[in-house]
Amino acid sequence: MPPSTLPLLNVSGLTMDFGGIRALDHLDLQVQSGEIVALIGPNGAGKTTFFNCLTGLYTPTSGDLKLNPPGRPEMRLNDLKPNQITEQGLARTFQNIRLFANMTVLENVMIGRHCRTKAQIFGAIFRTHQTVREEQAIVEASRAILEKMGLTSQADEFAGNLPYGAQRRLEIARALATEPILLLLDEPAAGMNQHETKELSHLILAIRQEGLSILLIEHDMKLVMSLSDHIFVMDYGRKIAEGRPEEVRNNLLVIKAYLGEDFIHA
Amino acid sequence: MIALKDIRNAIGIGLWFMFLTFPLLVIKVNPVEKTVIWRWNNMLLIGAASFVAYLVSHIILRRRDARQKRIRQGSEQITTQSNLLFLKTPKFLLALSCTGLLFALVFPALFSTYQINIMITALMYVVLGLGLNIVVGVAGLLNLGYVAFYAVGAYTYALLHLHFGLGFWAALPIGGLLSALFGILLGFPVLRLRGDYLAIVTLGFGEIIRLILENWNDFSKGPSGISNIPRPGFFGLEMSLETAIIYLYYLMICMVLFTIFVVNRLQNSRIGRAWFALREDEIACQAMGIDKTRTKLTAFALGATWAGMAGVFFAAKTTFINPASFTFLESAIILCIVVLGGMGSIVGVIVGAFVLILVPEYLRVFADYRMLAFGVVLVVMMLLRPQGIVANVRRTYTHKP
Ligand SMILES: Nc1ncnc2c1ncn2[C@@H]1O[C@H](COP(=O)(O)OP(=O)(O)OP(=O)(O)O)[C@@H](O)[C@H]1O
Ligand SMILES: [Mg+2]
Repeated sequence: MPPSTLPLLNVSGLTMDFGGIRALDHLDLQVQSGEIVALIGPNGAGKTTFFNCLTGLYTPTSGDLKLNPPGRPEMRLNDLKPNQITEQGLARTFQNIRLFANMTVLENVMIGRHCRTKAQIFGAIFRTHQTVREEQAIVEASRAILEKMGLTSQADEFAGNLPYGAQRRLEIARALATEPILLLLDEPAAGMNQHETKELSHLILAIRQEGLSILLIEHDMKLVMSLSDHIFVMDYGRKIAEGRPEEVRNNLLVIKAYLGEDFIHA
Repeated sequence: MIALKDIRNAIGIGLWFMFLTFPLLVIKVNPVEKTVIWRWNNMLLIGAASFVAYLVSHIILRRRDARQKRIRQGSEQITTQSNLLFLKTPKFLLALSCTGLLFALVFPALFSTYQINIMITALMYVVLGLGLNIVVGVAGLLNLGYVAFYAVGAYTYALLHLHFGLGFWAALPIGGLLSALFGILLGFPVLRLRGDYLAIVTLGFGEIIRLILENWNDFSKGPSGISNIPRPGFFGLEMSLETAIIYLYYLMICMVLFTIFVVNRLQNSRIGRAWFALREDEIACQAMGIDKTRTKLTAFALGATWAGMAGVFFAAKTTFINPASFTFLESAIILCIVVLGGMGSIVGVIVGAFVLILVPEYLRVFADYRMLAFGVVLVVMMLLRPQGIVANVRRTYTHKP
């Protein structure tokens, strides 16, 4: 098999137990480079738990998480700490927004640059030439990202004071600042109105244009169907279906899993 | 405005305070004449005062809540930032710090040695406060054993002088480094802890250090302490006591300026931002690629360094140290400085240190009620301004394309 067909992210047999509860049950999932992949499923299906395992916040009970960064050898992510996983090129947003509320919008994004910069105590105290240049580069790069996300005018406000939709966008901006190769979005459209959702979908497409792959958890079916190249459907921690949007749409199991839920009008 | 329920609560509070202060303010035992004096009018005063205080604070707090609600609903603009805006213009700040510095420089010429001594103490607490501010205010790690690092610094100087005849200037950096080392030593076991749990463990750490110093006689000379620690010398020049104190005062001023300079640069750096982020949200912080372990340990170590250096100054100032100087109360006072001044704000911590050290000093006229009055001041402060005297203001970055 030529290396180019290796999936960027390869999850196999991922299982996560919380005491007696099996939140993830032998989950298999792949993300190809450059794809937008959606992960859907009813509430409590285990989607967020999957993200938490993937980003190192939880240690999975069993299974493999493997990353094939372009131009580098395969990496096993299981035993890495969250910050190391971010260094490897995975960046995420949170379903329940976790911004640094008492820091400014710009600073939030600057934090994202942390793992790509290296000023140490010495440089910080003596403001060496190098540190000053690096700080400037951080500010400039962060401003550029804010510009792209349409947050420039709020750069100096406290992140906690932003309206909801802007906070979601700031979460994405912050994740982008870590220079990810795979962006993990946990319900980015939650709480957004139609107009904002539409803008978000343009944003996601623009991000993909820049060569990033995207793994997306979302309940908004219209958004999922219009954006995704590939969809995985979960229920009770298990994968119940996968395929292209039109395949999933007509899958009986999926319809059954969602039956009774009122958002199936997609 | 005041409902019946509030009156009832206020009466309850009044009675409660009467009960609480009963042993302290009402009973007065004269052990010589074996008589007890009952001061009932004190009780009435306390009852009335707490009744009124409750109602007043209640009204103020309710007004503020209502205002905040209006702000949240958008019917009122946030004005807290702007009504004191002139305080934040660079010109004003520059003028203020120049005046402050000038006053600091001429201080010894104007006041007595006694006052200078108090001022040296206050300045020492500024350094301690700024150091603890890194750990508690900036990185959000509640440390109740900070005094341990202070003790490490002081004993470093005392013991190095005792055994090796080392002077102040050699001991200063060694004390700082050793404290940093102890900071890391404490940091490792508590990496996983946060909030209350962290507070308890650090509290224990502080006590352990004190108990070691108290009981390990061969090492630290136990409770009797170490005396004859020299004051900082000036190229071997002989100085009178008064000159030596004035000299120490100026050294302390330099030390404070140095601390402010370094701490300010640290806070406004990549590391400082990581500390703030850690305080805000530990999980998001890690997910953004910040090494939690490293960030916490640097915070502990760099915070402890200042305590160590302040400890060396302390030993040099008092020329005698024993474990009784390093009790939990010290940690509590330093923590108060940080919280009262404003967590994460350098100016706030400086103001907090002066308020907390100088106010009790000048409250001595109230004699027995000094600490009571002090406690009231603290409680009222926290009620009216929970964010501290100076709220933390985030820096903005001007765009230089
Ligand atoms: N830390 C935890 N401890 C115990 N159980 C947990 C933990 N985290 C998640 N769970 C359980 O795992 C299951 C999956 O939760 P998860 O949050 O992953 O669902 P989800 O698919 O993200 O749902 P939603 O669409 O509502 O966000 C739930 O039953 C939840 O109660
Ligand atoms: Mg979820």
